[in-house]
Amino acid sequence: MTRHYSALSLLKEGLAGQKGWAKAWESPEPKPRYDMVIVGGGGHGLATAYYLAKQHGITDVAVVEKGWLGGGNTGRNTTVVRSNYFFPESVRLYDMALKLYEGLSRELNYNIMLSQRGMISLAHTPAEMEMAARVVNAMQINGTDAELFGPEDVKRVLPIYNFGPKARYPALGGVWQGRSGTARHDAVAWGYARAAARLGVHILQQCEVTDFLIEGGRCRGVVTASGAIRADKVGLAVAGHSSQMAAKAGFRLPVTSYALQACVSEPVKPILDTVVLSPGAGTYASQSDKGEMVVGGGLDRIPSYGQRGNLPVLETVLSGLVEMFPAFRQLNLMRQWAGIVDVVPDSSPILGESPLPGLFLNCGWGTGGFKSIPAGGVLLAHLMATGQHHDISRPFDLDRFTTGRLIDEAAGSGIAH
Amino acid sequence: MQIFSCPFCGPRPEPEFHFGGELGNHRPAPDCSPEAWAQYLHFRTNPRGAAEEIWLHIPCGELFKMHRDTVTMTALPGRALGDQP
Ligand SMILES: Cc1cc2nc3c(=O)[nH]c(=O)nc-3n(C[C@H](O)[C@H](O)[C@H](O)COP(=O)(O)OP(=O)(O)OC[C@H]3O[C@@H](n4cnc5c(N)ncnc54)[C@H](O)[C@@H]3O)c2cc1C
Ligand SMILES: [Zn+2]
Repeated sequence: MTRHYSALSLLKEGLAGQKGWAKAWESPEPKPRYDMVIVGGGGHGLATAYYLAKQHGITDVAVVEKGWLGGGNTGRNTTVVRSNYFFPESVRLYDMALKLYEGLSRELNYNIMLSQRGMISLAHTPAEMEMAARVVNAMQINGTDAELFGPEDVKRVLPIYNFGPKARYPALGGVWQGRSGTARHDAVAWGYARAAARLGVHILQQCEVTDFLIEGGRCRGVVTASGAIRADKVGLAVAGHSSQMAAKAGFRLPVTSYALQACVSEPVKPILDTVVLSPGAGTYASQSDKGEMVVGGGLDRIPSYGQRGNLPVLETVLSGLVEMFPAFRQLNLMRQWAGIVDVVPDSSPILGESPLPGLFLNCGWGTGGFKSIPAGGVLLAHLMATGQHHDISRPFDLDRFTTGRLIDEAAGSGIAH
Repeated sequence: MQIFSCPFCGPRPEPEFHFGGELGNHRPAPDCSPEAWAQYLHFRTNPRGAAEEIWLHIPCGELFKMHRDTVTMTALPGRALGDQP
Protein backbone atom coordinates (compact mmCIF):
# COMPACT_ATOMS: atom_id res chain seq x y z
CA MET A 1 0.00 0.00 0.00
CA THR A 2 1.26 3.49 -0.83
CA ARG A 3 1.11 5.83 2.15
CA HIS A 4 3.51 8.66 1.44
CA TYR A 5 2.35 11.41 -0.91
CA SER A 6 5.00 12.54 -3.39
CA ALA A 7 5.47 13.14 -7.10
CA LEU A 8 7.04 9.70 -7.31
CA SER A 9 4.17 7.92 -5.55
CA LEU A 10 1.67 9.82 -7.73
CA LEU A 11 3.46 8.57 -10.81
CA LYS A 12 3.67 5.04 -9.48
CA GLU A 13 -0.01 4.91 -8.52
CA GLY A 14 -0.98 6.60 -11.75
CA LEU A 15 0.67 3.80 -13.68
CA ALA A 16 -0.92 1.18 -11.40
CA GLY A 17 -4.47 2.52 -11.89
CA GLN A 18 -4.62 4.29 -8.47
CA LYS A 19 -5.40 0.95 -6.81
CA GLY A 20 -2.63 0.88 -4.23
CA TRP A 21 -3.33 3.95 -2.07
CA ALA A 22 -3.65 3.22 1.65
CA LYS A 23 -6.72 4.72 3.33
CA ALA A 24 -5.94 8.18 4.74
CA TRP A 25 -7.33 6.93 8.06
CA GLU A 26 -9.26 3.89 9.24
CA SER A 27 -12.61 3.82 11.04
CA PRO A 28 -11.78 1.54 13.98
CA GLU A 29 -14.19 0.17 16.56
CA PRO A 30 -14.09 2.37 19.68
CA LYS A 31 -12.06 0.85 22.53
CA PRO A 32 -13.53 0.95 26.06
CA ARG A 33 -10.54 2.99 27.25
CA TYR A 34 -7.91 5.38 25.90
CA ASP A 35 -5.23 7.42 27.66
CA MET A 36 -6.83 10.53 26.27
CA VAL A 37 -10.02 11.40 24.46
CA ILE A 38 -10.64 14.54 22.42
CA VAL A 39 -14.26 15.59 21.87
CA GLY A 40 -14.72 17.31 18.49
CA GLY A 41 -13.18 16.41 15.14
CA GLY A 42 -12.65 19.93 13.87
CA GLY A 43 -9.23 21.38 13.20
CA HIS A 44 -8.45 22.06 16.87
CA GLY A 45 -9.43 18.58 18.06
CA LEU A 46 -7.56 16.79 15.29
CA ALA A 47 -4.46 18.96 15.68
CA THR A 48 -4.49 18.28 19.43
CA ALA A 49 -4.52 14.53 18.81
CA TYR A 50 -1.68 14.84 16.30
CA TYR A 51 0.56 16.86 18.64
CA LEU A 52 -0.22 14.56 21.60
CA ALA A 53 1.14 11.70 19.53
CA LYS A 54 3.92 13.57 17.75
CA GLN A 55 5.32 15.84 20.45
CA HIS A 56 4.43 13.93 23.61
CA GLY A 57 4.48 10.29 22.46
CA ILE A 58 0.90 9.80 23.70
CA THR A 59 -0.61 7.68 20.93
CA ASP A 60 -3.44 5.93 22.81
CA VAL A 61 -5.82 8.72 21.85
CA ALA A 62 -9.29 8.92 20.30
CA VAL A 63 -10.93 11.85 18.57
CA VAL A 64 -14.71 11.54 18.96
CA GLU A 65 -16.77 13.46 16.39
CA LYS A 66 -20.55 13.52 16.23
CA GLY A 67 -20.69 14.14 12.48
CA TRP A 68 -17.88 14.06 9.95
CA LEU A 69 -14.38 15.52 10.18
CA GLY A 70 -14.39 19.26 9.63
CA GLY A 71 -18.20 19.31 9.38
CA GLY A 72 -18.31 22.07 11.99
CA ASN A 73 -16.75 25.48 11.49
CA THR A 74 -13.47 24.14 10.16
CA GLY A 75 -15.15 23.07 6.91
CA ARG A 76 -17.36 26.17 6.79
CA ASN A 77 -14.84 28.94 7.23
CA THR A 78 -13.43 31.38 4.70
CA THR A 79 -9.86 30.12 5.25
CA VAL A 80 -8.08 33.38 6.03
CA VAL A 81 -4.90 32.96 8.05
CA ARG A 82 -3.12 35.95 9.59
CA SER A 83 -1.64 37.27 12.83
CA ASN A 84 -2.54 40.97 12.71
CA TYR A 85 -3.58 41.34 16.32
CA PHE A 86 -2.85 44.07 18.85
CA PHE A 87 -1.87 42.63 22.22
CA PRO A 88 1.48 40.84 22.70
CA GLU A 89 -0.30 37.75 24.08
CA SER A 90 -2.40 37.48 20.93
CA VAL A 91 0.44 38.07 18.50
CA ARG A 92 2.48 35.35 20.20
CA LEU A 93 -0.43 32.94 19.90
CA TYR A 94 -1.46 33.70 16.32
CA ASP A 95 2.09 34.07 15.05
CA MET A 96 2.93 30.67 16.54
CA ALA A 97 0.05 29.32 14.47
CA LEU A 98 1.09 31.12 11.30
CA LYS A 99 4.68 29.87 11.64
CA LEU A 100 3.41 26.31 12.08
CA TYR A 101 1.16 26.76 9.04
CA GLU A 102 4.20 27.82 7.02
CA GLY A 103 5.76 24.38 7.54
CA LEU A 104 2.59 22.31 7.78
CA SER A 105 2.29 20.79 4.29
CA ARG A 106 5.75 19.29 4.74
CA GLU A 107 5.22 18.29 8.36
CA LEU A 108 1.95 16.47 7.59
CA ASN A 109 2.95 15.29 4.11
CA TYR A 110 -0.36 16.78 2.99
CA ASN A 111 -0.77 19.82 0.78
CA ILE A 112 -2.76 22.35 2.79
CA MET A 113 -2.49 24.80 -0.11
CA LEU A 114 -1.18 27.66 2.01
CA SER A 115 -1.11 30.78 -0.12
CA GLN A 116 0.56 33.75 1.60
CA ARG A 117 -0.89 36.30 -0.75
CA GLY A 118 -1.02 39.10 1.79
CA MET A 119 -3.96 40.81 3.42
CA ILE A 120 -5.01 44.43 3.45
CA SER A 121 -7.30 45.73 6.22
CA LEU A 122 -8.60 48.95 4.72
CA ALA A 123 -8.95 52.34 6.37
CA HIS A 124 -11.57 54.66 4.89
CA THR A 125 -11.32 57.71 7.16
CA PRO A 126 -8.48 59.72 8.76
CA ALA A 127 -9.52 58.29 12.14
CA GLU A 128 -9.31 54.75 10.80
CA MET A 129 -5.87 55.58 9.35
CA GLU A 130 -4.69 56.58 12.82
CA MET A 131 -6.00 53.31 14.23
CA ALA A 132 -4.26 51.45 11.40
CA ALA A 133 -0.95 53.16 12.26
CA ARG A 134 -1.43 52.14 15.88
CA VAL A 135 -2.05 48.51 14.97
CA VAL A 136 0.95 48.41 12.60
CA ASN A 137 3.11 49.89 15.34
CA ALA A 138 1.91 47.30 17.86
CA MET A 139 2.41 44.43 15.44
CA GLN A 140 5.96 45.50 14.63
CA ILE A 141 6.84 45.93 18.30
CA ASN A 142 5.37 42.47 18.95
CA GLY A 143 7.69 41.07 16.31
CA THR A 144 5.41 40.20 13.42
CA ASP A 145 5.43 41.70 9.94
CA ALA A 146 3.16 44.65 9.27
CA GLU A 147 3.25 47.62 6.98
CA LEU A 148 1.20 50.83 6.93
CA PHE A 149 -0.23 51.26 3.44
CA GLY A 150 -1.15 54.59 1.86
CA PRO A 151 -3.50 55.16 -1.08
CA GLU A 152 -0.83 54.36 -3.70
CA ASP A 153 -0.07 51.02 -2.06
CA VAL A 154 -3.76 50.12 -2.06
CA LYS A 155 -3.93 50.98 -5.77
CA ARG A 156 -1.02 48.64 -6.36
CA VAL A 157 -2.51 45.60 -4.58
CA LEU A 158 -6.21 46.28 -5.37
CA PRO A 159 -6.33 47.76 -8.87
CA ILE A 160 -10.02 46.87 -9.24
CA TYR A 161 -11.05 48.80 -6.11
CA ASN A 162 -13.53 51.67 -6.44
CA PHE A 163 -11.22 54.73 -6.32
CA GLY A 164 -13.90 56.96 -7.88
CA PRO A 165 -14.48 60.47 -6.47
CA LYS A 166 -17.93 59.45 -5.20
CA ALA A 167 -16.82 56.15 -3.64
CA ARG A 168 -18.62 55.51 -0.38
CA TYR A 169 -15.54 53.76 1.04
CA PRO A 170 -12.50 55.76 -0.14
CA ALA A 171 -9.28 53.81 0.41
CA LEU A 172 -6.88 55.99 2.38
CA GLY A 173 -4.63 53.06 3.18
CA GLY A 174 -4.61 50.33 5.74
CA VAL A 175 -2.76 47.57 7.55
CA TRP A 176 -0.85 45.21 5.30
CA GLN A 177 0.43 41.85 6.46
CA GLY A 178 2.32 40.12 3.68
CA ARG A 179 2.49 36.72 5.40
CA SER A 180 -1.31 36.53 5.71
CA GLY A 181 -3.22 34.52 3.18
CA THR A 182 -5.45 31.51 2.82
CA ALA A 183 -5.17 27.73 3.25
CA ARG A 184 -7.47 24.94 2.21
CA HIS A 185 -9.77 24.25 5.18
CA ASP A 186 -10.64 20.60 4.51
CA ALA A 187 -7.00 19.82 3.84
CA VAL A 188 -6.03 21.11 7.28
CA ALA A 189 -8.58 18.81 8.95
CA TRP A 190 -7.79 15.83 6.72
CA GLY A 191 -4.03 16.37 6.90
CA TYR A 192 -4.04 16.35 10.70
CA ALA A 193 -6.43 13.38 10.78
CA ARG A 194 -4.27 11.33 8.43
CA ALA A 195 -1.03 12.21 10.22
CA ALA A 196 -2.57 11.50 13.64
CA ALA A 197 -4.05 8.18 12.47
CA ARG A 198 -0.65 7.10 11.18
CA LEU A 199 0.74 7.64 14.68
CA GLY A 200 -1.99 5.40 16.14
CA VAL A 201 -4.79 7.85 16.99
CA HIS A 202 -8.33 6.49 16.58
CA ILE A 203 -10.69 8.72 14.63
CA LEU A 204 -14.29 7.94 15.61
CA GLN A 205 -16.83 9.68 13.39
CA GLN A 206 -20.64 9.63 13.69
CA CYS A 207 -20.21 9.21 17.45
CA GLU A 208 -21.79 11.93 19.55
CA VAL A 209 -20.61 12.58 23.10
CA THR A 210 -23.72 12.91 25.25
CA ASP A 211 -22.22 13.12 28.74
CA PHE A 212 -19.07 12.83 30.83
CA LEU A 213 -18.03 10.09 33.22
CA ILE A 214 -17.42 11.93 36.49
CA GLU A 215 -15.97 10.00 39.44
CA GLY A 216 -14.58 11.46 42.66
CA GLY A 217 -14.92 14.96 41.24
CA ARG A 218 -12.76 14.17 38.20
CA CYS A 219 -13.57 13.65 34.55
CA ARG A 220 -12.90 9.98 33.79
CA GLY A 221 -14.15 9.72 30.24
CA VAL A 222 -17.14 10.31 28.02
CA VAL A 223 -20.49 8.73 27.33
CA THR A 224 -21.16 8.36 23.61
CA ALA A 225 -23.92 7.12 21.37
CA SER A 226 -22.01 3.84 21.11
CA GLY A 227 -21.20 3.41 24.80
CA ALA A 228 -18.90 4.78 27.48
CA ILE A 229 -15.24 5.46 26.75
CA ARG A 230 -12.93 5.85 29.72
CA ALA A 231 -9.91 8.15 29.61
CA ASP A 232 -7.39 9.68 32.00
CA LYS A 233 -7.91 13.08 30.44
CA VAL A 234 -10.50 14.55 28.13
CA GLY A 235 -10.06 17.54 25.80
CA LEU A 236 -13.04 19.55 24.62
CA ALA A 237 -12.87 21.29 21.23
CA VAL A 238 -16.48 21.68 20.12
CA ALA A 239 -16.57 25.43 19.30
CA GLY A 240 -20.20 26.68 19.25
CA HIS A 241 -21.41 23.70 21.28
CA SER A 242 -19.05 24.25 24.21
CA SER A 243 -21.79 25.58 26.53
CA GLN A 244 -23.89 22.38 26.16
CA MET A 245 -20.89 20.20 26.99
CA ALA A 246 -19.94 22.47 29.90
CA ALA A 247 -23.47 22.13 31.29
CA LYS A 248 -23.03 18.32 31.27
CA ALA A 249 -19.80 18.80 33.21
CA GLY A 250 -21.49 21.09 35.73
CA PHE A 251 -20.15 24.56 34.88
CA ARG A 252 -20.87 27.53 32.63
CA LEU A 253 -18.61 29.34 30.18
CA PRO A 254 -18.35 32.98 29.10
CA VAL A 255 -19.51 31.92 25.65
CA THR A 256 -22.46 32.93 23.50
CA SER A 257 -23.14 31.05 20.27
CA TYR A 258 -23.89 33.04 17.14
CA ALA A 259 -24.26 32.22 13.45
CA LEU A 260 -21.50 33.50 11.20
CA GLN A 261 -22.26 33.44 7.48
CA ALA A 262 -20.24 33.32 4.32
CA CYS A 263 -20.98 32.92 0.62
CA VAL A 264 -19.21 32.20 -2.65
CA SER A 265 -19.77 33.44 -6.15
CA GLU A 266 -19.51 31.55 -9.39
CA PRO A 267 -15.88 30.98 -10.40
CA VAL A 268 -14.24 33.64 -12.58
CA LYS A 269 -10.75 34.29 -13.97
CA PRO A 270 -8.14 35.54 -11.45
CA ILE A 271 -8.98 39.12 -10.50
CA LEU A 272 -8.25 39.47 -6.76
CA ASP A 273 -4.89 38.15 -5.57
CA THR A 274 -4.88 39.34 -1.95
CA VAL A 275 -7.24 39.03 0.98
CA VAL A 276 -9.16 42.25 1.53
CA LEU A 277 -10.97 43.24 4.71
CA SER A 278 -12.93 46.40 5.28
CA PRO A 279 -14.00 46.69 8.90
CA GLY A 280 -15.90 49.83 7.92
CA ALA A 281 -17.97 48.15 5.24
CA GLY A 282 -18.27 44.96 7.30
CA THR A 283 -17.01 42.83 4.42
CA TYR A 284 -14.00 40.71 3.56
CA ALA A 285 -13.20 38.72 0.43
CA SER A 286 -10.62 36.60 -1.29
CA GLN A 287 -10.60 34.57 -4.49
CA SER A 288 -10.36 30.81 -4.16
CA ASP A 289 -8.07 28.68 -6.29
CA LYS A 290 -11.17 27.61 -8.22
CA GLY A 291 -11.90 31.27 -9.01
CA GLU A 292 -14.88 31.78 -6.69
CA MET A 293 -15.09 34.98 -4.70
CA VAL A 294 -15.26 33.89 -1.06
CA VAL A 295 -17.09 36.57 0.90
CA GLY A 296 -17.81 37.02 4.57
CA GLY A 297 -18.51 39.64 7.19
CA GLY A 298 -19.67 40.08 10.76
CA LEU A 299 -21.83 37.95 13.02
CA ASP A 300 -25.60 37.73 12.95
CA ARG A 301 -26.33 39.63 16.15
CA ILE A 302 -28.89 37.06 17.36
CA PRO A 303 -27.71 34.15 19.53
CA SER A 304 -28.30 31.05 17.45
CA TYR A 305 -27.70 27.35 17.04
CA GLY A 306 -29.56 27.24 13.71
CA GLN A 307 -26.79 26.74 11.19
CA ARG A 308 -28.29 29.18 8.70
CA GLY A 309 -27.88 32.94 8.91
CA ASN A 310 -30.24 35.84 8.33
CA LEU A 311 -30.67 38.20 5.42
CA PRO A 312 -29.84 41.61 6.98
CA VAL A 313 -26.20 40.72 7.61
CA LEU A 314 -25.84 39.16 4.17
CA GLU A 315 -27.24 42.37 2.70
CA THR A 316 -24.70 44.50 4.60
CA VAL A 317 -21.84 42.26 3.53
CA LEU A 318 -22.81 42.18 -0.14
CA SER A 319 -23.64 45.86 -0.41
CA GLY A 320 -20.20 46.63 1.03
CA LEU A 321 -18.61 44.27 -1.47
CA VAL A 322 -20.23 45.70 -4.60
CA GLU A 323 -19.62 49.25 -3.42
CA MET A 324 -15.89 48.56 -3.03
CA PHE A 325 -15.65 46.39 -6.15
CA PRO A 326 -18.24 47.58 -8.68
CA ALA A 327 -17.11 44.89 -11.15
CA PHE A 328 -18.46 42.25 -8.75
CA ARG A 329 -22.04 43.44 -9.33
CA GLN A 330 -22.17 41.04 -12.27
CA LEU A 331 -21.26 38.02 -10.18
CA ASN A 332 -23.84 35.37 -9.38
CA LEU A 333 -23.80 33.91 -5.89
CA MET A 334 -23.56 30.14 -5.80
CA ARG A 335 -23.86 29.21 -2.14
CA GLN A 336 -24.47 30.80 1.24
CA TRP A 337 -24.10 29.04 4.58
CA ALA A 338 -23.37 29.62 8.27
CA GLY A 339 -21.50 28.03 11.15
CA ILE A 340 -22.16 28.35 14.87
CA VAL A 341 -19.27 30.18 16.47
CA ASP A 342 -18.32 30.52 20.13
CA VAL A 343 -18.08 34.21 20.98
CA VAL A 344 -16.33 35.35 24.17
CA PRO A 345 -16.61 38.86 25.72
CA ASP A 346 -12.97 39.77 25.02
CA SER A 347 -12.82 38.05 21.61
CA SER A 348 -9.93 35.86 22.72
CA PRO A 349 -9.89 32.08 23.03
CA ILE A 350 -10.14 29.97 26.19
CA LEU A 351 -7.38 27.43 26.78
CA GLY A 352 -6.86 25.63 30.07
CA GLU A 353 -8.13 23.04 32.52
CA SER A 354 -11.85 23.40 33.13
CA PRO A 355 -13.51 23.69 36.55
CA LEU A 356 -13.95 19.89 36.29
CA PRO A 357 -10.45 18.44 36.83
CA GLY A 358 -9.34 16.17 34.02
CA LEU A 359 -11.37 18.06 31.42
CA PHE A 360 -9.43 20.56 29.31
CA LEU A 361 -10.84 23.41 27.23
CA ASN A 362 -10.06 24.71 23.76
CA CYS A 363 -12.85 27.08 22.72
CA GLY A 364 -13.86 30.68 22.30
CA TRP A 365 -12.16 31.16 18.93
CA GLY A 366 -15.34 32.77 17.69
CA THR A 367 -15.08 33.99 14.14
CA GLY A 368 -11.32 33.53 13.86
CA GLY A 369 -10.10 30.11 14.90
CA PHE A 370 -9.10 28.58 11.59
CA LYS A 371 -5.89 30.59 11.51
CA SER A 372 -5.01 29.32 14.98
CA ILE A 373 -5.58 25.59 14.51
CA PRO A 374 -1.90 24.52 14.71
CA ALA A 375 -1.34 26.60 17.86
CA GLY A 376 -4.61 25.47 19.45
CA GLY A 377 -3.49 21.88 18.89
CA VAL A 378 0.03 22.35 20.25
CA LEU A 379 -1.23 24.21 23.32
CA LEU A 380 -4.10 21.87 24.24
CA ALA A 381 -1.79 18.88 23.74
CA HIS A 382 0.78 20.52 26.01
CA LEU A 383 -1.87 21.17 28.67
CA MET A 384 -3.20 17.62 28.55
CA ALA A 385 0.19 15.92 28.43
CA THR A 386 1.90 17.95 31.16
CA GLY A 387 -1.02 19.25 33.19
CA GLN A 388 0.66 22.67 32.92
CA HIS A 389 0.09 25.72 30.81
CA HIS A 390 2.48 26.51 27.98
CA ASP A 391 3.77 30.11 28.37
CA ILE A 392 1.72 31.10 25.34
CA SER A 393 -1.57 29.62 26.59
CA ARG A 394 -1.28 30.88 30.20
CA PRO A 395 -2.89 34.31 29.55
CA PHE A 396 -5.86 32.61 27.88
CA ASP A 397 -6.95 30.59 30.91
CA LEU A 398 -10.57 30.77 32.03
CA ASP A 399 -9.37 32.51 35.21
CA ARG A 400 -8.93 35.79 33.33
CA PHE A 401 -12.67 36.42 33.60
CA THR A 402 -12.38 36.38 37.39
CA THR A 403 -9.06 38.22 37.72
CA GLY A 404 -10.10 40.79 35.13
CA ARG A 405 -7.01 40.33 32.94
CA LEU A 406 -9.01 40.26 29.73
CA ILE A 407 -7.28 40.34 26.35
CA ASP A 408 -9.74 42.50 24.49
CA GLU A 409 -8.94 42.18 20.80
CA ALA A 410 -12.26 43.69 19.74
CA ALA A 411 -11.01 46.90 21.34
CA GLY A 412 -7.33 46.30 20.53
CA SER A 413 -7.24 45.51 16.85
CA GLY A 414 -10.87 46.32 16.06
CA ILE A 415 -11.35 42.78 14.85
CA ALA A 416 -15.03 42.16 15.15
CA HIS A 417 -15.39 38.77 16.76
CA MET B 1 -36.28 38.70 7.23
CA GLN B 2 -37.23 37.72 10.76
CA ILE B 3 -39.98 39.68 12.49
CA PHE B 4 -39.87 40.24 16.25
CA SER B 5 -42.76 41.74 18.19
CA CYS B 6 -42.14 44.68 20.53
CA PRO B 7 -44.80 44.76 23.29
CA PHE B 8 -45.19 48.50 22.67
CA CYS B 9 -44.84 48.87 18.87
CA GLY B 10 -45.92 45.48 17.56
CA PRO B 11 -44.24 43.38 14.86
CA ARG B 12 -41.07 45.00 13.46
CA PRO B 13 -38.12 43.77 11.37
CA GLU B 14 -35.14 42.17 13.07
CA PRO B 15 -32.54 44.95 12.46
CA GLU B 16 -34.57 47.24 14.76
CA PHE B 17 -33.78 44.96 17.71
CA HIS B 18 -30.71 44.43 19.83
CA PHE B 19 -30.02 41.40 22.02
CA GLY B 20 -29.83 42.45 25.67
CA GLY B 21 -28.81 39.24 27.45
CA GLU B 22 -30.31 36.29 29.25
CA LEU B 23 -33.34 36.95 31.45
CA GLY B 24 -32.78 36.36 35.15
CA ASN B 25 -29.08 37.28 35.27
CA HIS B 26 -29.43 39.35 38.43
CA ARG B 27 -26.66 41.56 39.70
CA PRO B 28 -25.17 40.16 42.94
CA ALA B 29 -24.56 42.31 46.03
CA PRO B 30 -21.54 44.65 45.67
CA ASP B 31 -19.56 42.74 48.34
CA CYS B 32 -19.87 39.42 46.50
CA SER B 33 -16.86 37.24 45.64
CA PRO B 34 -14.90 37.84 42.42
CA GLU B 35 -16.23 34.47 41.23
CA ALA B 36 -19.86 35.50 41.71
CA TRP B 37 -19.17 38.83 40.00
CA ALA B 38 -17.48 37.08 37.05
CA GLN B 39 -20.46 34.72 36.74
CA TYR B 40 -22.80 37.71 36.59
CA LEU B 41 -20.64 39.73 34.22
CA HIS B 42 -19.35 37.14 31.76
CA PHE B 43 -20.61 33.58 32.24
CA ARG B 44 -23.73 32.53 30.36
CA THR B 45 -26.08 29.58 30.07
CA ASN B 46 -26.18 30.03 26.28
CA PRO B 47 -29.13 27.61 25.92
CA ARG B 48 -29.67 25.49 22.84
CA GLY B 49 -33.42 25.53 22.20
CA ALA B 50 -35.83 27.34 24.52
CA ALA B 51 -34.47 30.69 25.76
CA GLU B 52 -35.84 33.58 27.86
CA GLU B 53 -34.09 36.76 26.85
CA ILE B 54 -34.04 40.52 27.21
CA TRP B 55 -34.22 42.53 24.00
CA LEU B 56 -34.06 46.21 23.17
CA HIS B 57 -36.33 47.72 20.54
CA ILE B 58 -34.03 50.47 19.30
CA PRO B 59 -36.59 52.92 17.79
CA CYS B 60 -38.73 53.15 20.97
CA GLY B 61 -35.82 52.50 23.33
CA GLU B 62 -37.75 50.00 25.47
CA LEU B 63 -36.30 46.84 26.97
CA PHE B 64 -38.61 43.84 27.07
CA LYS B 65 -38.51 40.08 27.54
CA MET B 66 -39.00 37.52 24.81
CA HIS B 67 -39.24 33.75 24.58
CA ARG B 68 -37.26 32.40 21.65
CA ASP B 69 -35.99 29.08 20.35
CA THR B 70 -32.30 29.38 19.46
CA VAL B 71 -32.41 26.44 17.03
CA THR B 72 -35.64 27.01 15.09
CA MET B 73 -35.45 30.82 15.66
CA THR B 74 -39.19 31.00 16.40
CA ALA B 75 -39.96 33.89 18.75
CA LEU B 76 -43.11 34.56 20.78
CA PRO B 77 -44.36 38.14 21.03
CA GLY B 78 -42.31 40.20 23.47
CA ARG B 79 -43.65 41.00 26.94
CA ALA B 80 -43.12 44.10 29.06
CA LEU B 81 -40.51 43.52 31.78
CA GLY B 82 -43.09 44.01 34.55
CA ASP B 83 -45.56 41.47 33.09
CA GLN B 84 -46.00 38.07 34.74
CA PRO B 85 -44.68 35.51 34.34
C1 LIG C 1 -18.58 31.37 7.95
C2 LIG C 1 -17.34 31.30 8.77
C3 LIG C 1 -16.18 31.92 8.33
C4 LIG C 1 -15.00 31.86 9.08
N1 LIG C 1 -13.87 32.42 8.58
C5 LIG C 1 -12.69 32.29 9.23
C6 LIG C 1 -11.49 32.77 8.64
O1 LIG C 1 -11.47 33.29 7.52
N2 LIG C 1 -10.34 32.64 9.34
C7 LIG C 1 -10.31 32.05 10.58
O2 LIG C 1 -9.26 31.98 11.17
N3 LIG C 1 -11.44 31.56 11.15
C8 LIG C 1 -12.63 31.66 10.50
N4 LIG C 1 -13.79 31.16 11.06
C9 LIG C 1 -13.74 30.56 12.40
C10 LIG C 1 -13.23 29.13 12.36
O3 LIG C 1 -13.93 28.40 11.38
C11 LIG C 1 -13.40 28.43 13.71
O4 LIG C 1 -12.95 29.25 14.76
C12 LIG C 1 -12.62 27.12 13.76
O5 LIG C 1 -12.87 26.34 12.62
C13 LIG C 1 -12.94 26.37 15.01
O6 LIG C 1 -12.39 25.08 14.92
P1 LIG C 1 -12.77 24.00 16.00
O7 LIG C 1 -12.00 22.79 15.67
O8 LIG C 1 -12.62 24.60 17.35
O9 LIG C 1 -14.35 23.82 15.81
P2 LIG C 1 -15.23 23.02 14.67
O10 LIG C 1 -14.52 22.95 13.38
O11 LIG C 1 -16.56 23.62 14.73
O12 LIG C 1 -15.22 21.57 15.28
C14 LIG C 1 -15.99 21.22 16.39
C15 LIG C 1 -16.49 19.82 16.14
O13 LIG C 1 -17.09 19.33 17.33
C16 LIG C 1 -18.15 18.49 16.93
N5 LIG C 1 -19.04 18.30 18.08
C17 LIG C 1 -19.86 19.22 18.65
N6 LIG C 1 -20.53 18.67 19.66
C18 LIG C 1 -20.11 17.38 19.76
C19 LIG C 1 -20.45 16.29 20.62
N7 LIG C 1 -21.34 16.43 21.59
N8 LIG C 1 -19.83 15.11 20.41
C20 LIG C 1 -18.91 14.94 19.42
N9 LIG C 1 -18.56 15.94 18.59
C21 LIG C 1 -19.15 17.14 18.75
C22 LIG C 1 -18.78 19.21 15.77
O14 LIG C 1 -19.53 18.33 14.95
C23 LIG C 1 -17.56 19.76 15.05
O15 LIG C 1 -17.10 18.96 14.01
C24 LIG C 1 -14.99 31.19 10.33
C25 LIG C 1 -16.16 30.57 10.79
C26 LIG C 1 -17.32 30.60 10.02
C27 LIG C 1 -18.53 29.90 10.52
ZN1 LIG D 1 -40.86 49.29 20.43
